[in-house]
Order: sequence, then C-alpha cells, then structure tokens
Amino acid sequence: MEPVSKPNKRMPVSAMLDPKIVLPAIGAAFTKLDPRSMIKNPVMFVVEIVAALTTVIFVRDLVTGGENLAFTFQIILWLWFTVLFANLAEAVAEGRGKAQAETLRKTRTESQAKLLSGAGRDYKLVPGTSLKVGDLVLVEAGDTIPSDGEVIEGVASVNEAAITGESAPVIRESGGDRSAVTGGTQVLSDWIRVRITAAQGSTFIDRMIKLVEGAERQKTPNEIALNILLAGLTIIFVFATVTIPSYAAYAGGSISVIVLVALFVTLIPTTIGALLSAIGIAGMDRLVRFNVLAMSGRAVEAAGDVDTLLLDKTGTITLGNRQATAFRPVRGVTEQELADAAQLASLADETPEGRSIVVLAKEKYGIRGRDMAELGATFIPFTAQTRMSGVDAGGSSVRKGAVDAMLNYVGGGAPTAVASGNTARAMQPAALSELGREIQAIADDVSKSGGTPLAVARDGKLLGIVQLKDIVKGGIRERFAELRRMGIRTIMITGDNPMTAAAIAAEAGVDDFLAQATPEDKLKLIRDEQAKGKLVAMCGDGTNDAPALAQADVGVAMNTGTQAAREAGNMVDLDSNPTKLIEVVEIGKQLLMTRGALTTFSIANDVAKYFAIIPAMFLAFYPQLNVLNVMNLSSPQSAILSASIFNALVIIALIPLALKGVAYRAVGAGALLRRNLLIYGLGGILIPFIGIKAIDLVVTALHLA
Amino acid sequence: MTVIGWFQIILYCAIVVALTKPLGWYMTRVFNGERTFLSPVLRPIEAGIYWMSGVDEKREQHWLTYTVAMLLFHVGGFLIIYGVMRLQAMLPFNPADQSAVAPDLSFNTAVSFITNTNWQNYGGESTLSYLTQMVGLTHQNFLSAATGIVLAVALIRGFARASMRTVGNFWVDVTRCTLYVLLPICIVYTLFLVWQGMPQTLGPYIEATTLEGAKQTIAVGPVASQVAIKMLGTNGGGFFNANAAHPFENPTALSNFVQMLSIFVLGAALTNVFGRMVGNQRQGWAILAVMGVLFVAGVGVCYWAEANGTSTMHALGLTGGNMEGKEVRFGIVASSLFAVVTTAASCGAVNAMHDSFTALGGMIPLINIELGEIIVGGVGAGMYGMLLFVILAIFVAGLMVGRTPEYVGKKIEAREVKMAMLAILILPLMILGWSAVAVVLPTGVASMANAGPHGFSEVLYAYSSQTGNNGSAFAGLTGNTLFYNLTGASAMFVGRFLMIVPAMAIAGSLAAKKSIPPSMGTFPTTGGLFVGLVVGVILIMGGLTFFPALALGPIVEQLAMNAGNVF
Repeated sequence: MEPVSKPNKRMPVSAMLDPKIVLPAIGAAFTKLDPRSMIKNPVMFVVEIVAALTTVIFVRDLVTGGENLAFTFQIILWLWFTVLFANLAEAVAEGRGKAQAETLRKTRTESQAKLLSGAGRDYKLVPGTSLKVGDLVLVEAGDTIPSDGEVIEGVASVNEAAITGESAPVIRESGGDRSAVTGGTQVLSDWIRVRITAAQGSTFIDRMIKLVEGAERQKTPNEIALNILLAGLTIIFVFATVTIPSYAAYAGGSISVIVLVALFVTLIPTTIGALLSAIGIAGMDRLVRFNVLAMSGRAVEAAGDVDTLLLDKTGTITLGNRQATAFRPVRGVTEQELADAAQLASLADETPEGRSIVVLAKEKYGIRGRDMAELGATFIPFTAQTRMSGVDAGGSSVRKGAVDAMLNYVGGGAPTAVASGNTARAMQPAALSELGREIQAIADDVSKSGGTPLAVARDGKLLGIVQLKDIVKGGIRERFAELRRMGIRTIMITGDNPMTAAAIAAEAGVDDFLAQATPEDKLKLIRDEQAKGKLVAMCGDGTNDAPALAQADVGVAMNTGTQAAREAGNMVDLDSNPTKLIEVVEIGKQLLMTRGALTTFSIANDVAKYFAIIPAMFLAFYPQLNVLNVMNLSSPQSAILSASIFNALVIIALIPLALKGVAYRAVGAGALLRRNLLIYGLGGILIPFIGIKAIDLVVTALHLA
Repeated sequence: MTVIGWFQIILYCAIVVALTKPLGWYMTRVFNGERTFLSPVLRPIEAGIYWMSGVDEKREQHWLTYTVAMLLFHVGGFLIIYGVMRLQAMLPFNPADQSAVAPDLSFNTAVSFITNTNWQNYGGESTLSYLTQMVGLTHQNFLSAATGIVLAVALIRGFARASMRTVGNFWVDVTRCTLYVLLPICIVYTLFLVWQGMPQTLGPYIEATTLEGAKQTIAVGPVASQVAIKMLGTNGGGFFNANAAHPFENPTALSNFVQMLSIFVLGAALTNVFGRMVGNQRQGWAILAVMGVLFVAGVGVCYWAEANGTSTMHALGLTGGNMEGKEVRFGIVASSLFAVVTTAASCGAVNAMHDSFTALGGMIPLINIELGEIIVGGVGAGMYGMLLFVILAIFVAGLMVGRTPEYVGKKIEAREVKMAMLAILILPLMILGWSAVAVVLPTGVASMANAGPHGFSEVLYAYSSQTGNNGSAFAGLTGNTLFYNLTGASAMFVGRFLMIVPAMAIAGSLAAKKSIPPSMGTFPTTGGLFVGLVVGVILIMGGLTFFPALALGPIVEQLAMNAGNVF
C-alpha cells in the first residue's frame, strides 16, 4: 500500500550556504545595484538613492574638510551594505533556480528532427529549431523528441528523467490521456508519430527554465499590495524625517544630514523590502523541488487561499485500482462455479481489475490459470457501448460487466433508458425477472459497502456478482482532517454511483462527494463553489478535465496527462501524483505567511530604532531626552551607528528564514496567528532592543564611535 | 486620583456601552430604510423632501456618484456660510449689531464648519449674529455630522454587500440621518439642556448691573439648540468663545456628564451598525473594544498626570492636582475625562483649557487627534478612519495565517491597501508639514503665546486639531491671522475630504467583491487577539510617525518641568 506521508522537502541550512550558490550571488549583489533593476523594489531603491547622495556629500566634505568624517563614512558604508544585503538575498534565492536551469538547458541540445512529409514514413532530417507548430515528426527508439507535441500514432516508452528526475520510462501513446510528449525527453523503444504543439522557445522545458530562473517573474497580486504598503510607509517616514530639521531649528539646534538619513533608513521597512522578492522566488523554488511547476506566482498565492479541494477518487483517495474481494453467487450457483466463470472471463483482461479477479480465484478457490489458445477461446474486449467483456470458448460464452449492462444483455433488450442510464436503479423493478431482482439486491448491497459490483453470466445466465473494492490509501484520512483544520473542504469526485461514493467518502473522511460525475458536473461544481466566493483547486489529466482545470483557481495538471490538460492547468505536477495538491496548498500558505511575518517583524522593529535614535539626535539641545535612551547606549554617535548596523545585519540574519519559509502548521487560523504574532510581532519589538544594545557594546569596545 | 473619580469614568464607559446596542439597532433600521416608531410622523416629511428635490429614493449610487454628490453638497454649504458671514451686518437677527466678518476668517470658518471641524478663530458672541450662528453654523452642524455618518454607513455597506455596484443614495441617506437620527435626539436633548438652565432665545444680549454697580453685557441667544447638535454631531463649535467652560453652555454637573455622553453615543453606536450590517454583532463589539482600550489608557494617563499636578506647583506650596485652566465646577476628573472624550471623538468642545494641562496630560489629547480620531471618533469619521486602520492591520498581520487577508468576508487587496495608505498619509503630511512651516516662519512663531517646547506644542496641536477635524484648540495660539486662517483651512479641507475620497473608493471596491464565507482558516476578527493587533498597529503606524514631534513638544516639556524648567 502506498503510504501518504508528508514529504519533508524543506531546504537544509547547509544547502543555502552552498558556496556554489553564495559566491556568484555576491557578484550578482553588486551588478544588481544598477538603478534600472533596483527601481522594481521601491524601498531599496530609495535606500540606494539616499546612499548615493550621502556619498556625494561625504566626498565633498572630504575635500573641503568636514566634521565627524569617520562617523559619516561608517554610516554610509552600512547604508550601502543594506542595499547589497538586499540584493544578496535575491541573488541567493535566484541561485538555486539558476543551477536547476543549467541542468535543464543541457537537455535542450541541438537535435535533428525527422520531419514527415505525408502519411508514410518518409522523412527528411531538419534541425529541431526549425520546427513549426503543426509539423509532423517521426521519433524512433534512441531519438530525442525535438519539441513538445501530441502522439498521433504509435506507442513508445519514453525516458522523461530530464524533466521529472525519474529514470523509470513511461508509456506514451496516441489517443487517451497519455498522448503528450515533452521536447528534450528520449524515446527508448518503438516509434511514435508526433504533431508538434510548441514552437522553439516556448516549449515546456523553455518555460521551465524561465520559471526556475525567475526571468519572467511577475509580481503577484499580494506582492503588489504589499509593495504599495511599504511604499506608503516610506512616504510617511519621509514626512516624519524631513520635518525634523525645521523643528530642531525652532528649538535652536541643528541636525546633520547623515543623522537624518540614518533615522530615515532605519525607520522605513527595509527588512521586508529587502527580502520580499527572495521570499517569492524561494516559494516558487520550493514548488519546483516538489516537482510541481507553477506557471505563475499568482497560482502559488491562490493555492494558499484555496477553500475547496476537488480530488479524484481514483489514484488520489484510493489506490488506483479496484480489487476483487469476494464472489457472491445467486441462489443455486456455488461460489466455485461463479469464480470459475469470472476467472475465465478475465483471463485475457489485462486491466488491474481483471487481473485481481484471476488472483482472487486462485487464492480462494485454487483455480489455476488457463491458456487461452489451448481453449481455443476468443477474447471479447470491453467497449464503452457494451460495457462488458468476456470470452467465447468452445460454444460457451462468458461475460462480465456493469450490472445494468449485463441485465440488459441477458434480458435481450431491456428499455433503452437502462442502457444509457448510469444506474441499475433506473430500471423499473417490475421489468426484472426474479433472478434479475436477486442480482440487483446483491449489487446494491455491494454498492452500499463502498464496493463496485460486476455481474458475471455464462451462456446468457447470470451467475452472480464479483465484488470489487476500492482500497483507500493509508494515512489519507489524517490528511483530510488536517485540511479541515486549515479550513479547506474536500470534495471527492468519482464516476461511481452515489451509494458506493458515499461509502468511500465516509471511509476516507472527505467532507463531500460528487458521484457519477461527468466533466460538465465537475465544471458546474467549480462554478457553484466560486459563486459562493470560494477558491477551488483541482487536479486532472484527461482532455475532458481541461475545462474544469481552466475554471479552477488552482488547476494542477498531471505530467502524464494530455497536452490539453497541461495547457489548461496553471500548474503541472511532474510526478503526476494528485495527492500533492495538499502540499501545493501548504506551500502557498507558507509563502503568504513568510511575507506577513517579516512585514510584521520589520514594522515592529521601528519602536526600538526610535528609542535609539531620537534621544541621540536631540541630545545636543534637549539633554533631558536622554531619559528615552532606555537601552543606555554609550554615546549619540554609537546609538545611531548601532541602529544602522542592526538594520543592515538583520537582513542577512533573516535570509535563511526568507528562503526556508515560516513553518506552516494546520492548527487553525486563530492559533497560528497567536503564535506568529508572538514570535514576529512581540519578538520584532523586543529583539532590536537587545540587538542594538549588543552592537553598541561592540562598537564602543572597538572605538568605532 | 480618587475612587469617586474612577467611578465617574467607569460609569461613563458603562452608559456609552449600554446605549450602543439599542441605538445601533435603531440606526441600522433607519439606514436599511425599514420602518421605525417615528415613521408615522416623519415618513410624510421625508417623502415630501424627495418629491420637492426630485430625488428617486429607490435609485442607488455608484461610490463615485455618491462622493461627488457629497462634495457638491458641501460646496453649497460653504457658499451659504461664507455669504452669511460676509453679509451678516445687512441681514436680520443681528441684535448685537455685529459687523461683516473678515474674508480670511470667513473662509477659515466656512471650511471649518463644512468639514465638521468647528475650529474657531472667532469669538462666537463677539463676532457672529444670531442668523450666522443658526443658518450658517447650526445647519452645518447637522449636515456635516449627517455627512460623516452616511459616509461611514456607505463604507459599512461596502463590507456588507457582495457583488454590487452601488453603496446607497447620498441624498436619501443624509435626509434619513438628519430626520430620523439627529433631529429627534436633538429636540429632546435641547429641552433637557434648557431645563438644566441653558438660554434659548432670539432676544438681545442682557444689560446687567453688577453688585459694584458696573454695567455688564451678558450674551445670550439660541444656545441650547446649537449645543445639542454641537455635541451629538461631534462638531464642538461653541456658541460662546469659552465653549463648554461657559456657565451658559454647560450649566451643571449633569449637563456636563450628558454632554460627554452625547459626544460618544452616535460614534459608538456605529460600531454596532457595522456589526449588524455585516451580519455579526461581535465584529462591531471588537472594534468598540479597540477604541475602548485606547480610550481607557488615554483617560488613565491624563487623569493621573492632572491629579498628580506638577513639581513646580508643589514647590510653590500648591498641593494636589493641576487645577490651572480648569472650571472649579467640574474639577480634575470631569475635565480630564472631557478632554480625552472630546479629542478621542473629533468633537473639540472643551470645558477646560488644554493648554494649561500638564505636559503629559496635554499630550494625550494631542495623541488622540494624531492617531486620526479613531477612538470612537467624529460621528462617522471615526468609524471610517478606524476601518482604514483595521484594513492595514489585517493586511500586515493577516498574511500570517497563510491566506490573502480578508475582513468580514472581503479580501483586502492592492486597491484597498493603496487607498487606505493614501488616506493615512494625509495625517503626517498636514500635521507635520504645516507645523514644520509654521515654527520657522516669523509670522507663525509670532502667534505663539509661550516659548520653547510649549509654544511648539501649541502649533502642533493647532494643525493636528484642524487636520483631524477636531476643532479644539490648545489655546495660547493666536489663530486669527492670515497665515493660520489659510493654512488651517487647507489642513481642515485636506484632512476631511482627502480622507473621504479614498475611504469611499474602498467602499465601492469592497461592495463589488464577492463575500467569502468564513472557515477554520479565516483570520478571526472578533477576539482579544484581533483587538490587540489593531491597537498595536494603530500605535506603531499611527503613533510612531509623530514620535519625533512629540519628543520635541510635550515629552521634553514634561522632562524639563520635572527638572524645574517651565516655558
């Protein structure tokens, strides 16, 4: 059984201090000083301008011979450090992505494509870069698939390690839900004919490179709002500081520019301003490490806000395959007889359900496997029309299939309503024979227990029911409980009838279910939830999932899915593991929390900075204000310098937190808020008092001021 | 500080809280257009007003239309006041033969009254005719108060509504507010004040002969009616220059207590209106709790500072608290409480001279105003000002629960943050900016009555009071100069309308949003945690901005005084 454990992919601190990332980042911190790139970050841009202006004034004073040059120089130095540390944070965050992009680029080697001209297998070799959307190419064993496309003919095993990191090959075939192929992956066996769906430069790998590099990183809605808040606070502190010289003049004193600048820079929210983009990049990066690609930061943010999670039953809540657990014959038929017929009907059935019937027959009744050819049997495959399959052997025919289809089959033309309806209950009981009613009763019983009934008939006579059962994944119940504590409602989507669905829903502990779901039902459910103001997340893989994926606020497409599904979703899960939706939600929440925590911390820091700088600033003409020097800092200059140093160093100290993210716990919003307010709010008020005092001791000991 | 003093404060708070719920219930019905017990009498009048003015009461307005209607309404109000003041000498009801008011003073006063500030650079009984008091000022006392209330209601509707383009109809809201809320209360209230001994007459000033045989002119007039709305509508503009310290404007201890109550009742009731409209009264109580925490803290500090008196006075042998500038009739408790109430709300009526408070005691009214008068606040203005801070608090800390911040079901996004920031920027810009100009210009410094930090506090208080539309004065400062008349008018205008427009933009944007049902993951906004958070954000974001200025004014003055230096 596949346990649903919580993967722990938080970055260890050692990985963040990897010299391979840190060293180039230091260089990048300097190149990022370019005002054209700084302007994207209004708070740090202001610091840079102020640092540049004070440098100019300092140089002038150096020439003309001003006072306190050593002190001024140190303040200016720390102003520049503040800007550089901010750039460093961003560069370190980008560093990991860059390394990943490098690996991806290697897979995008120049390949030759076999461009098909017609329906035959004649091709001419062209460079992969010249392919256009709609071109048909042939890819044979050993070839690299030249670009993204859709398999239109053939089956092949493909090594997708380049994008998933998973070395086991996957099957790609035309039609169905596994038809998408990705440029840069390699065909290992057989051949496929592929229609190109992406031009060079916009393939999946290209997009992946851009995403992990952060090249096309757009500010997310929340980040924009936060930036407005930070810019607003900066303006408020402009007012608060530029008016001081005038007040001082009235009081008969004067304040030097460098002291005002120091007050201003320490008051504006530099901490969060410096780390904001690093937090965003790290959030995307965390997803990438989960092998999930978000097409936009907006989607990651939306994931944190999700209220309703639509989960497919099969593969997410239950193990992918239903298994036969019992044979339940009608009166007058032995279990042995039923098992024998069911086994025969399933011999050639390669579906997991079919195989599980053979296995059960062997385990329970010792019925050995038989050779189809020896029996002279022909296999009747399952079709969507007949909804049954079986074997014709030696004048005898065995069939198994959905209950209503089988009743129709033995009854020889039941009302059409039954054939097209989804449930056997749609049939009028009166129209059923006694045998039919008995079968129906067993089938209902199986359904109620969460199983799926499969009727078996030999030569037109119903023998009984094979009970197939969904196996709910271990640990999934706990995950749903956790989601509930996060405030997220889970809805199970299944094609099963309501009775079966209800039983499985109860077993798995989901909040609600949608039975006999058609793609239209899914879409409607999403729209209904959204109309109630809720954000909906879902995952899907088939082409018929595409509309729902597009409608959902967070649509995670499985990498094994069709091209249509991959285009419609705003995230792609490279591992094709639908359970991961839960982690995606957590990562989204973590991203928002980290921003909130550092913003709160940054603003709360101001209290201590005021107490450090204000008394120092006015001491010359109002010595009484030394009462406000609660930290008992040794001298006015030391106080101002210490506050500036603290302001710069706190950025460096918080880079690991910005990259790792604040830990999310599913304990409910109230408890979470209390905890974070205590750490980042109250901590944000207290820590700088301690930090500035400590720096003051060092500054005084070293005679820096 | 005495037990009986604290008992008065607690009794005051208890009555305000007790009145919040019933009044909130009544006002919610009024603004939802539902029937009230006054409808049989007032409904025909209301319908008549709509019929005469051609207002379709069923038709609601987009936030922008609503705001423009409000602004046009105020242009009209401004012209009336300005006109009446300039022409009062030629108009009737002028028994004291007051001459025309100077242009800059008329300008300042007109702006002052349409903005609900009631900053008075004039002396009421020595400058204005009865007509000016009634037509010019009293009518704006009603309408500027009604405007504040309906704007708050419009913003509340923004939170309460979902996926709607409109926020109400300005003309209907103002009519209903005046007819159903302000007028009925004022009529009863006026009668009460007259019973307490307040004059209400159109007769001329009284010539009296004192015991020494000297002639004295005793100013009277339609005082009670104006005082009722001045308090209820947190206007604060007194009939007399001495405001509520004047025996005719505040005759008894009971009238003093009821006047303080009337400053807070409507503002407090609006928190309940908010709770009811968003469908959870606890949301309203949480906001009232935020206000309550800040209020009680302010009263505590102010009362403590005043009751302790000053070391300088003690050195002179004056024991006990600081009675300078206070009415002996009211004493320290009633004066401290009144000062905190009138500045927490943007009323500005005074029953003692804030200028004469101890430095620390006088700093509390100053801080109250600089926080944006959100502690109950001016009728309506306090509510929308507080909601702006709530939006910011929710946005800053709300992210910490791992969701896009939301408040009462509405997501707080870039637009709301931008508008809230714009509105809050106004306070430091006007207060700190104009103060910085005034303290370096000779014409600004010349108006100060005191030197040093105390003079600085006077200027800081003047601009704080005007920007915050409070209207109380620290006294001492001579405000009736061209410089202060014009800069003050600009502070009042910007402080009022540039705060309103962003607040209304938020109302519109919120009303258009979907409402999100609360879940386990929703930021809880009814508990103590939320109250603490909002208080913290208000103090840090609102208060710290003014810390340098406060350090150079009241703080340094208090410290100097402790050391024996006075200014």
